[in-house]
Amino acid sequence: MTGALTLRNLTIAALVLVLALLPLYVALTGDRFMLTLFTRIVILAMAAVSLNLILGYAGLMSFGHAAYLGIGGYTVAILCFEGVPSAFVQWPAALATSALFALIVGALSLRTRGVYFIMITLAFAQMAYYLASGTARYGGDDGLSLESRSGFAGLINLSNKTTFYYVCLVLLFASIVLVWRLTNSRFGMVLQGVRSNEARMRAIGFPTFRYKLAGFVIAGTMCGLAGALIANHTDFVSPAMMFWTRSGDLIVMVVLGGMGTLFGPVFGALALLFLEQFLPAAISAVVHPFDPASAARAGEFWQIVLGPLLLVVVLFARGGIDGLLGALSDRIQRARKGGHG
Amino acid sequence: MTLFVEQCLNGLQFGLLLFLLAAGLTLVFGIMDLVNLAHGSLYMLGAYFAATFTAWTGSFVFGAVLAIAATLLVGMAVEVIAMRRLYGRDHLDHVLGTFGLILFFDELVRLIWGPGGRSLAVPPWLNHSVAILPGIEYPAYRLAIIVVTLAVAAFLYVLVMRTRIGMLIRAGASNREMVGALGVNIKLLYTLIFGLGAALAGLAGLMQAPILTVQIGMGENILILAFVITVIGGIGSIRGAFVAALLVGFIDTMGRSFFPQLLGDLLGRQAASTAAPALSSMLIYILMAAILVVKPQGLFPAGSR
Repeated sequence: MTGALTLRNLTIAALVLVLALLPLYVALTGDRFMLTLFTRIVILAMAAVSLNLILGYAGLMSFGHAAYLGIGGYTVAILCFEGVPSAFVQWPAALATSALFALIVGALSLRTRGVYFIMITLAFAQMAYYLASGTARYGGDDGLSLESRSGFAGLINLSNKTTFYYVCLVLLFASIVLVWRLTNSRFGMVLQGVRSNEARMRAIGFPTFRYKLAGFVIAGTMCGLAGALIANHTDFVSPAMMFWTRSGDLIVMVVLGGMGTLFGPVFGALALLFLEQFLPAAISAVVHPFDPASAARAGEFWQIVLGPLLLVVVLFARGGIDGLLGALSDRIQRARKGGHG
Repeated sequence: MTLFVEQCLNGLQFGLLLFLLAAGLTLVFGIMDLVNLAHGSLYMLGAYFAATFTAWTGSFVFGAVLAIAATLLVGMAVEVIAMRRLYGRDHLDHVLGTFGLILFFDELVRLIWGPGGRSLAVPPWLNHSVAILPGIEYPAYRLAIIVVTLAVAAFLYVLVMRTRIGMLIRAGASNREMVGALGVNIKLLYTLIFGLGAALAGLAGLMQAPILTVQIGMGENILILAFVITVIGGIGSIRGAFVAALLVGFIDTMGRSFFPQLLGDLLGRQAASTAAPALSSMLIYILMAAILVVKPQGLFPAGSR
């Protein structure tokens, strides 16, 4: 990424600005719903950023990333349930449990590759899912409600929606900066080398397993923090947040936004949740002129559009949104150069 | 003792049913190198088709035959429209593309059949119990499933090992470029294989329909089990899928029925009755993780690829 004023960089700047100023818009219009929606987008974007570190940069196709959302969330909810409401205990515990889980899963699954790796990460996530639905004390299948949000000893009040939004946003930016620093470090270079050719990386003397495992644990830990946030956001955790389709959603976000790019996952999370939120209304609007009676119902079937859309993105737009922006900026730049020369 | 024999048969029946799903998956995996998450959707479609066609024709057998034909056609259509473009691409693309197909099919089913589940009755001529051993009765319908799936397994064995098509399938699994170069219409072969896998999934779905309810998303849980089986068995190996399917079927069924008692002694009845289903579900994944750690290519690694 260069510092030039390309379309891509302008879009990223606009996105950051929109995210930062959203509470202002909400305060002016009183549209509380947008704040809830964007808090969710920001949290899931953080999970997608963490997945991107291993999926996009290291090429590790983990299909169980939602497990860390659940583990982080459950750690917070269980501590709250057991009478430990302090965030100074809850959040480090959430980080520690997800790091530990990632270490175990990574140590076992990184021995395999290809489809086997996809399936074994999936299997571990399913284990976490069934473990959560089997523990009757913490609600089992029905999930567990949080009596109160994580407390910061009066310093930060997470029950204030605007404050909570900014906490999430700061953590999202922090994780993007972390990924940026990591990927430009020697460590990140090795990870990206593993993505292109692991055998060669090993041949020139890098113990690739250790690098991959470290990346896997960092990604899991970051996602665990996102899980702690999402538990605070919804005041509720349930096994459903770890079901394999949720992991699929995270992968969709990363790929839709653009794999192995810094802001791609944020675009992806934004795009997927916006589609989820507004596609139904859009479908209703399209159907309305033809068949007003069933227009409202037609909106319910938005996934019938989303599914093939995913297939189209996979087939024709591998770079995702970030790739499209990059291609557009290149074209504009070339056109401008052509005009001068 | 009665319970034990009964549960053994249930495990066998469930395992064989899973084999039908896993066989299709492993064929497509092994030959086209394609991860097909939408396989569970074909299972679901089979069940819905059977419910509808049985209602139309008034006969379970006619309904079943029509449903299998319909899923075969849907499978071949899906292959021609979507899957064909995914061959040779990254596994990530397969996962995403077919994940999109799941969303599409779930929604399509909701559009056509409505959000409520369907039920399919056990045909009257199978709705009784058979004495398999003196004093041990077993539902005839489940026995019929065992017979049908065993017949299908035998058919698959003969098809793959003893026929010309099977020879091409095996050749395609080991070196598809070479098979294409020798003048075999590889595109048609792939479409047929995919259709065969779809028909097997549809058959599994329609046979399971009278036991469970027919509902949206019914394919998603069982799909993961089928994947676990293909991975345990070794991707591309039908023999491996058969062994692993029986293993998983037994463990799952036995876990569900005997874990509560075992745990009850340890944890107390109340806790055990809720924890047992979850633990027995976990057991399968633990088994898979253990097998992959010891044998990263599964129990019966197929070929060298």
